[in-house]
Amino acid sequence: MSELLKVPTMAEFMAQGKQPEVLFWVGCAGSFDDRAKKITKAFVKLLNKANVEFAVLGTEESCTGDPAKRAGNEFLFQMQAVTNIEVLNAYEVKKIVTACPHCFNTIKNEYPELGGNYEVMHHTTFLKTLLDEGRLTIEGGKYKGKRITFHDPCYLGRANNVYEAPRELIQKLEAELIEMKNCKRNGLCCGAGGAQMFKDAEKGDKEVNIERTEQALEIKPEIIAAGCPFCNTMMTDGVKAKEKESDVDVMDVAELIANAQDL
Amino acid sequence: MNYLSNIIFAIILIVGIGYFAKNVKKLFRNIKLGQDTDVSDNKSQRWKNMAMIALGQSKMVRRPISGFLHVVVYVGFIIINIEVLEIIIDGLFGTHRIGLKILPISVYGFLIGTFEVLAVLVFISVIIFWVRRNILKLARFWKSEMTSWPKNDGNFILYFEMVLMTLFLVMNATDLDFQAMNSGNVISQYIAPWFSGLSESTLHFIERGAWWLHIVGILIFLNYLYFSKHLHILLAFPNTFYGNLKPKGQFNNLEAVTNEVKMMMDPNIDPFAATPEGAEEEVPAKFGASDVQDLNWVQLLNAYTCTECGRCTSECPANQTGKKLSPRKIMMDTRDRLEEVGKNIDANKGEFKDDGKQLLDDYITKEELWACTSCNACVEACPVSIDPLSIILEMRRYLVMEQSAAPVELNNMMTNIENNGAPWPYNQMDRLNWKNE
Repeated sequence: MSELLKVPTMAEFMAQGKQPEVLFWVGCAGSFDDRAKKITKAFVKLLNKANVEFAVLGTEESCTGDPAKRAGNEFLFQMQAVTNIEVLNAYEVKKIVTACPHCFNTIKNEYPELGGNYEVMHHTTFLKTLLDEGRLTIEGGKYKGKRITFHDPCYLGRANNVYEAPRELIQKLEAELIEMKNCKRNGLCCGAGGAQMFKDAEKGDKEVNIERTEQALEIKPEIIAAGCPFCNTMMTDGVKAKEKESDVDVMDVAELIANAQDL
Repeated sequence: MNYLSNIIFAIILIVGIGYFAKNVKKLFRNIKLGQDTDVSDNKSQRWKNMAMIALGQSKMVRRPISGFLHVVVYVGFIIINIEVLEIIIDGLFGTHRIGLKILPISVYGFLIGTFEVLAVLVFISVIIFWVRRNILKLARFWKSEMTSWPKNDGNFILYFEMVLMTLFLVMNATDLDFQAMNSGNVISQYIAPWFSGLSESTLHFIERGAWWLHIVGILIFLNYLYFSKHLHILLAFPNTFYGNLKPKGQFNNLEAVTNEVKMMMDPNIDPFAATPEGAEEEVPAKFGASDVQDLNWVQLLNAYTCTECGRCTSECPANQTGKKLSPRKIMMDTRDRLEEVGKNIDANKGEFKDDGKQLLDDYITKEELWACTSCNACVEACPVSIDPLSIILEMRRYLVMEQSAAPVELNNMMTNIENNGAPWPYNQMDRLNWKNE
């Protein structure tokens, strides 16, 4: 399977004196987290299928600094940002796509002031563009008619007003898109943002991801679709805590599209 | 003797407006205690936001019931206040219903009739508001920060409005000439019979009483604003004008940090170079915020604008799951501390004397700050563009950069980023391993 993946690096493109069409920013979760790595691979399969000339930074990529910034460590954030911007600018990167809304938000909104100006897209928006351009086809496959709900990542939705691209992709699967009572701009957080992913929650009477999972389970989905590796983890844990893992899958939108075509 | 009432009226008016003006000055002074921030960009979008969000109530109606009732009270409040203009002219010049001398009866009647209908609608809406607060006990009005003064404040305003609307209608109902004219008394004609059987002089006495109480009530209400959450009726306008225009996910980059980081990254800079003569040391006093003076003035304006409706808190994932954090409390605490600092300055001849207190710990605890997921639900929910998240972030910055007081797990995460460029302890050289797994 893996030998089918073509994942060139920026360094390789540079060596050939070429520029890729887009840089795929993998992110820390996409690089190291076992669950998120599957999302990364699914997205790469789609890029390969659509013949997109992309590259990754590979070992030259480093954390965008998002969790440091949200935790209040502006120094560490800017050190990371400036280092990353140096690498990106050295490769003359113009366009970036990422499957992580946190990386997306940080590079798109917080890097320009520090000298990093790029066109940044979330992978769902990018896939939507490929679809519109006729470079990618989406078929329902095993998801035809399935009840799928989309959990809005805060840093994609409220933070950057991207609500429709992931939904349009899900509808292309000929699935039944169902909405939770809190969706789009009213979407409830999964509980991981603001560096919460890396610490225990403060004392309370419930975990945020349980609350959100309960909202999802209320509408009886077969699949909870996500667009963020951290949301994915939180919702997967929530479904497990509710002992519903045999009935409900948590999948990234890119995985749904790739799986539907048995990629 | 003839001029006595005019003089009394003028004195009441001057005192009422004068005291309010004095407090408005104090309000400006306090807001200016905040740090400077540049909000001079994109004027046209700012005017548009003010027109849509404050004037047009576009975010209020996202919750249809309270939104609709609020629009009724808001429109009623603005339109009925045209009547105050007549009251002031009558009071100052000893005229009676000066509008009748200027406008045709039909126009005057139409205006007063509109006011009367609105007065009833406002009265009904305010009663429903009261029921929602006190009988239905909507959760957001019964959170832990909504005890004592904040709770009473909310009810006092409702009582105020009930009384003012009643006085207006009674005033019209007991005005014999106005009733005889039979134009515009659409509501008061049904109230007039309640007073039937009373002598003409008693009726006149009631009418005058209602008239005086109405204008005095309005002046008291005006002056009550400064001490109340109700300041939003004025400040919602500048607050929506100065509200954030950037994507909600974009947090500001601290310029002082940028300078230091650039120095660290620049191989040509001589770290031992003396500061050039006359150049100012650009070392900021403090990173982040531990007290209100460290926040910027828009954040302080936010605090005065908050009317404690609690929509933010009811949308907050941390609050919904029983954590201590309440975005509304962040705003209330900021205002309370700012008021305290203001009083301190008043008491010490214009200079702030250290009182051993600050916003952090004495008002807002670390536990609240660390419970935030930065999801922006509070910012999205606020009907008047208040941004509690920006205050939480500034205070986290102080905790981390000045006090190194982050939770242990976050320190681990940050050490990992520093050492190997990821929040987990994985080697950067392994970043592409997924490709072959």
